[in-house]
Amino acid sequence: MTREMTGAKMLVQALRDQGVDTVFGYPGGAVLPIYDEIFQQNEIRHILVRHEQGAVHAAEGYARSTGKPGVVLVTSGPGATNAVTGLTDALMDSIPIVVFTGQVPTFMIGSDAFQEADTVGITRPCTKHNWLVKDTDKLSTTIHEAFHVATSGRPGPVLVDIPKDVQFATGTYLKPSTTASHYQPQVKGDIEEITELVAAMEKAKRPIFYTGGGVINSGPAASQLLRELVDATGFPITSTLMGLGAYPASGKNWLGMLGMHGLYEANLAMHDCDLLINIGARFDDRITGRIDAFSPKSTRAHIDIDPSSINKVIKADIPIVGDVAHVLEDLLKVWKSRGRKTQAEAIAKWHMKIDTWRKVDCLAFTANENSIKPQHALARLEALTKGHDRYICTEVGQHQMWAAQYLNFEDPNRWMTSGGLGTMGYGFPASIGVQMAHPESLVINVAGEASWLMNMQEMGTAVQYRLPVKQFILNNERLGMVRQWQELLHGERYSHSWSEALPDFVKLAEAFGAKGIICKDPADLDDAIMEMINHDGPVIFDCLVEKHENCFPMIPSGKAHNEMLLGEAETQGVIQAGGAVLV
Amino acid sequence: MSALHIKKGASKHSAYNLRPTFSDVDERHTLAVLVENEPGVLARVIGLFAGRGYNIESLTVAEVDHTGHLSRITIVTTGTPQVIEQIKAQLGRIVPVHEVHDLTVEGASVERELAMLKVVGEGDKRVEALRLADIFRASVVDSTLGSFVFEITGAPDKIDAFADLMRPLGLVEVARTGVAALLRGD
Repeated sequence: MTREMTGAKMLVQALRDQGVDTVFGYPGGAVLPIYDEIFQQNEIRHILVRHEQGAVHAAEGYARSTGKPGVVLVTSGPGATNAVTGLTDALMDSIPIVVFTGQVPTFMIGSDAFQEADTVGITRPCTKHNWLVKDTDKLSTTIHEAFHVATSGRPGPVLVDIPKDVQFATGTYLKPSTTASHYQPQVKGDIEEITELVAAMEKAKRPIFYTGGGVINSGPAASQLLRELVDATGFPITSTLMGLGAYPASGKNWLGMLGMHGLYEANLAMHDCDLLINIGARFDDRITGRIDAFSPKSTRAHIDIDPSSINKVIKADIPIVGDVAHVLEDLLKVWKSRGRKTQAEAIAKWHMKIDTWRKVDCLAFTANENSIKPQHALARLEALTKGHDRYICTEVGQHQMWAAQYLNFEDPNRWMTSGGLGTMGYGFPASIGVQMAHPESLVINVAGEASWLMNMQEMGTAVQYRLPVKQFILNNERLGMVRQWQELLHGERYSHSWSEALPDFVKLAEAFGAKGIICKDPADLDDAIMEMINHDGPVIFDCLVEKHENCFPMIPSGKAHNEMLLGEAETQGVIQAGGAVLV
Repeated sequence: MSALHIKKGASKHSAYNLRPTFSDVDERHTLAVLVENEPGVLARVIGLFAGRGYNIESLTVAEVDHTGHLSRITIVTTGTPQVIEQIKAQLGRIVPVHEVHDLTVEGASVERELAMLKVVGEGDKRVEALRLADIFRASVVDSTLGSFVFEITGAPDKIDAFADLMRPLGLVEVARTGVAALLRGD
């Protein structure tokens, strides 16, 4: 079906045809024709954020909690440049979002016009792909292609830049076509490679699954197949920060998160395993620690949809390019057809070995009587919310690592955190996007006060749309992770890592028309958390915690998995010159 | 284009060798990249090399299929085998990139480059320049009483050799096109 319409109308029609129900955005001169079309319809909800960065993170939260692409609409120039951090964040974490930017009219491009920026130039390295549309007739097909590229293969952010004259002009609208785009990444894994992995699994005495965000991105079927595979083989499983929830934390083979602040048992199992099966992860430097000491005794299998992830950091002995769900389906088929073999006896011994590491109880802490330990706050949050239909977002820093350690995730798409880019200010707008997608669910943003302040303007959005997001701020009046590194690495010289003029968060909440709760006594914590949960509206929870608590366990920079620090006593002089240059 | 047709992301039968043996010795590879002829595609390729710190020794680009809107970029790059594999995989990720071929590993290939050299001089030097140009099969495309512009085509090392000989004879300016390359045979 084809129809004549203006470019602005086309955009709205294309969103409808792509099944979009929510757009996060901020108007401006170069997108006014589109906003005029949005005004004249009721199918697509537009959420007015308070800053374009917030719009992109909200779209990321929406995308990660639903599996559908998040959509953003912002104006030219500053609207586009403010979106850059969110685009980079989505690129690093492979989150499908589609960003529409207004642009000055085509005949003014290159003239340094008001609010002109070279948006496709600026965003070229921080999008999976981007387009400048100079012809209204090409607008609809470009938008459909943008959704296809954002969601196919390894997902990622895309951007469509639309000059204002293209929005006003009339052209022919085309529906999403059934003809294939040339961009068709391979999803089926090579069956010979899969068979080789099965053969390795049959022989493995100390195997481990190491899973990542690729499992979540592959969709619910991938998590289901992963669970079936883990339970059928009895192999232990650990996950990156990005992959939490793909395998349930209550599952009997679960080791917890691995990496720099991962669990002792997970990291030691990675170090000692003889078969490492990477499913949808990318051997990030937070995971591997020192490369030449990484998992020295193992055969490494790597399943990834992006060929550039394979051999980038760690050489793969068994490389499999494909979508996780497709590969796991074939893997299970082949393994079953060959008689479901594993070295059951050796694997039982392997689990016993892991249990000795687990007994170290690396997350143990002693709660104080007169001050709240951040770990205690999260342990209580977990205990009081685990029965709920719950989504967790985080900002970036110590609180993020503690949240990953002390909160348990039973399902995929329940955990939204900035992994690759480490964007402070991510969590609050992300929680808004999650709440939009799941209006009845309990959405909590575990935050640090410094991160949270970076996008605090979004309180206006939360209040305007009555989004009952819970901002659970672990307030230590410090940039906790920076402070921790300065303590370990820079002779306890705490250069600019504390805030001297923090707001009164209760008053701040009230100023926005929301509820504020402050808690500093461990005895009041449970009641205060319950008050937060039961309040029907946005809440800022100012949880005053111990100011100098460090995040453990920790693999210091430049060290191997088996050189983990478990607590304060071991920290003196651990990071040497070679490690100090690493971030 | 060569007979080798690859799908992006293919793990076998492709330019991407996912089971390389890595050494840390730098190698020189010539890559042929077939791309959609659309605005910004060269910037994407160059941005990839700049952003990830890869080397470009030579890069040429031109449309090769007008009806199919395809351009061919020929890149000469150096790096360890691991880096070369990364370059190819990263090029393959770029959405408007259709095919990536490593001419250095896919079979024997021919490489040619065109250069123009301006040589200024008089007397014996001028005669000697003309004589050497004849030996290298370079042709004179412009001449004044005090200068020649030579045009020479050949593999990059032949052009290097010619330029080296011209230098003492009054070489003042060189323009080179960069390498174009094709696989040999059918």
